[in-house]
Amino acid sequence: MFGQEALALIFGGLMALTILLYAILDGYDLGVGMLLPLENDKQADEMIASIGPFWDANETWLVMAMGLLFIAFPLAHSMVFKALYLPTLVMLIALIIRGIAFDFRAKALFTHKPIWDRAFKYASLVASIAQGYMLGQYVVGFEQNSTAILFSLLSGIGVAMAYSLIGTAWLIMKCEGDLQVRAIRWFKIALIVAAIGVLLVSIVNPMVNSDVAKRWFNTPAYWLLPVLCVACFAIAYVEISKIRERKWQDTTNDERCWAPFLWTVAIYVLCFTGFCLSFYPEIVPGKLTIWESVAAPQALNFLLWGAMIVIPTILAYTAYSYRVFWGKVSPLQYY
Amino acid sequence: MEETLMLSRIQFAANISFHILFPTITIALSWFLVYFKVKANITKDPVWMRMYRFWVKIFALSFAIGVVSGVTMSFQFGTNWPQFMEKVGNIAGPLLGYEVLTAFFLEASFLGIMLFGIKRVPPVVHTISTIVVAVGTSLSAFWILALNSWMQTPQGFEMIDGVAYPTDWWAIIFNPSFPYRLAHMLIASGLTASFLVAGITAYRLLKGDNKKAPTKTLKISLTAAMILTTLQVYVGDLHGLNTLKHQPQKVAAMEGLWETESGVPLLLFATIDEENRENGFEIAIPKLASLILTHEFDGELKGLNEFEGNHPPVAPVFYAFRIMVGLGFFMLAVSWIARITLARRNELPNWMLKILVLMTFSGWIATLAGWYVTEIGRQPWLVTGVLTVKEAATDIAPSNVMFSLVAYLITYVVVMWAYLHTLLVMSRRAVEVEEISDNEYYSHTQPMKEA
Repeated sequence: MFGQEALALIFGGLMALTILLYAILDGYDLGVGMLLPLENDKQADEMIASIGPFWDANETWLVMAMGLLFIAFPLAHSMVFKALYLPTLVMLIALIIRGIAFDFRAKALFTHKPIWDRAFKYASLVASIAQGYMLGQYVVGFEQNSTAILFSLLSGIGVAMAYSLIGTAWLIMKCEGDLQVRAIRWFKIALIVAAIGVLLVSIVNPMVNSDVAKRWFNTPAYWLLPVLCVACFAIAYVEISKIRERKWQDTTNDERCWAPFLWTVAIYVLCFTGFCLSFYPEIVPGKLTIWESVAAPQALNFLLWGAMIVIPTILAYTAYSYRVFWGKVSPLQYY
Repeated sequence: MEETLMLSRIQFAANISFHILFPTITIALSWFLVYFKVKANITKDPVWMRMYRFWVKIFALSFAIGVVSGVTMSFQFGTNWPQFMEKVGNIAGPLLGYEVLTAFFLEASFLGIMLFGIKRVPPVVHTISTIVVAVGTSLSAFWILALNSWMQTPQGFEMIDGVAYPTDWWAIIFNPSFPYRLAHMLIASGLTASFLVAGITAYRLLKGDNKKAPTKTLKISLTAAMILTTLQVYVGDLHGLNTLKHQPQKVAAMEGLWETESGVPLLLFATIDEENRENGFEIAIPKLASLILTHEFDGELKGLNEFEGNHPPVAPVFYAFRIMVGLGFFMLAVSWIARITLARRNELPNWMLKILVLMTFSGWIATLAGWYVTEIGRQPWLVTGVLTVKEAATDIAPSNVMFSLVAYLITYVVVMWAYLHTLLVMSRRAVEVEEISDNEYYSHTQPMKEA
């Protein structure tokens, strides 16, 4: 049996890991959704096929993250979602429409396909912006004044850009030919915009939040993160340029097509770690720490024993599923 | 905050009613798919693979809606019923947590392989994936019903400063109403899927689908329906007796019994007058309710008078119960008659097919009615004896809840329309599709080289 303090740390860490996994995994399929070309049916099919076997499991990480907040830190959960009632609603409805559109586009009447494609694209966009808006609101401590709302909207666009970045990196890895060339172009643009976005957030975050500023300026070691992050952006840029050059010579060469994805994940991990360090040990900024809101030990211990067996199993079969669908995408067919 | 409470209740009722429809299909449909797939492996007859291929698409569609509407539900605990988690979160949380950990990931991950992986994995792995998805959906039902049953008949906990703390997890999960509720729900799911399969197949037959698969499918679904309706009568009765023991006020509402009596008649139909606490017009069979519930003609049943001010609204429980039972017996009759006719003539007359088409969604109606009986029947409690619905509600502005309610309702109507429309399109398309040759069947089951 673990004590209350250890449990707060374990579940806090588990929740952070889950959110990060969600942002990476559902991030790339939301990104692919947003980029869906409405004018090119063949490419749209190919893009959808690349995320088909995964999106469902990816979204489960969101349920898991919310579940952990709800189970381990119930007070924080009700405080956060009372404040974010409407953006949560927007996100949920967008996720409903997106999930349905994904399944319907292939099964409905052929003439309805363009409608479902549109629904999928824009619902992916709205869901991403809503998530970013919620993140922004979290950072400003759920303030509702116009500056805070503007910041939250910018954060919404930032998250949508981050998802597009990882989405294009996914496409570079999974696709070939024209679509891959197109994705390389998208990636370069998204990378530059994302770099600006990360820079802006890094400046604004300590400005709006004095606690955050204190943590960063009192712990010099924290500054290693932004340095590493800049390095990742630079490496990603070099890698994409190499792939790009190769593309013009030989379209079948796919060496290192996974590199942009890998470096984007590295950027995600660094940014997210920075985010967590900015707020730890607070779970609702300025209001509640993980120690104050953790649930009863007898409840969390019961869940923890199961989680220790089940989570590695989940990771193992997730890895298996990615291995099964390894390599370039093939057309989706239901059997 | 009365308005927020009312709107939150309507919204939650709408969400849960919409959500429950889809797991109700997928829990049992997944086992139909396992059956088709295993038969295909054993007999090598391509007809089984054809059945699998048609129904797996409908499964995928229903599953997707179930997942996304379920995500919505999980958020609503926090957004609209914050006190629920604060008071009983130490019990509800881990049960929901185990659902996500053991069921959600399992089904979602293997669904990818089941739907899109047949050419990429060996046949046995594909069959195992199909089984794993079915196990996952059933496990999901296990945890959700453990929580729901605990809310109905809570035990295994202690209250400290108004917050529930678990003392015995075994007692919490296997609470007194859990086995009955789980069995009742799983059979309900089986019936819903059976009638859905039978209804859509009957539609295909009516449209002139003369391939081998539809007749075979009809036989299987009607056999399942015949066995399950019969079983449901028995399990439903046991569940009722269990409810009488633990929630007598719910049974009194189901029976429309205002005063404690002996030799209580069974009301086939009545009009409920909540204001005067009596029934208007009644059609009744003397002493039957006592006989069913106490197994004695003159057995005494507690009336609503014993629980005045602390019992559920009577009319919705009373009417919903009659819809569920009435439909249940109709399903019983239809499945037996149709299955026997099919056994004798190897086909069904058109009028019988039409009845089956009309009953495609009868399982949905019966299941919803059943859930209204049990959920409204628990009122005013959210967790019996621990937390009332009123105490659990949020205090956010009613306009926000109104807004979200309207948004959800519009979304649900659109999704439901699209779902039904697509089922129709898929059924029509299936009629036109040629039978696939055996060669093609084998090419689907052989593992392909790495793409």
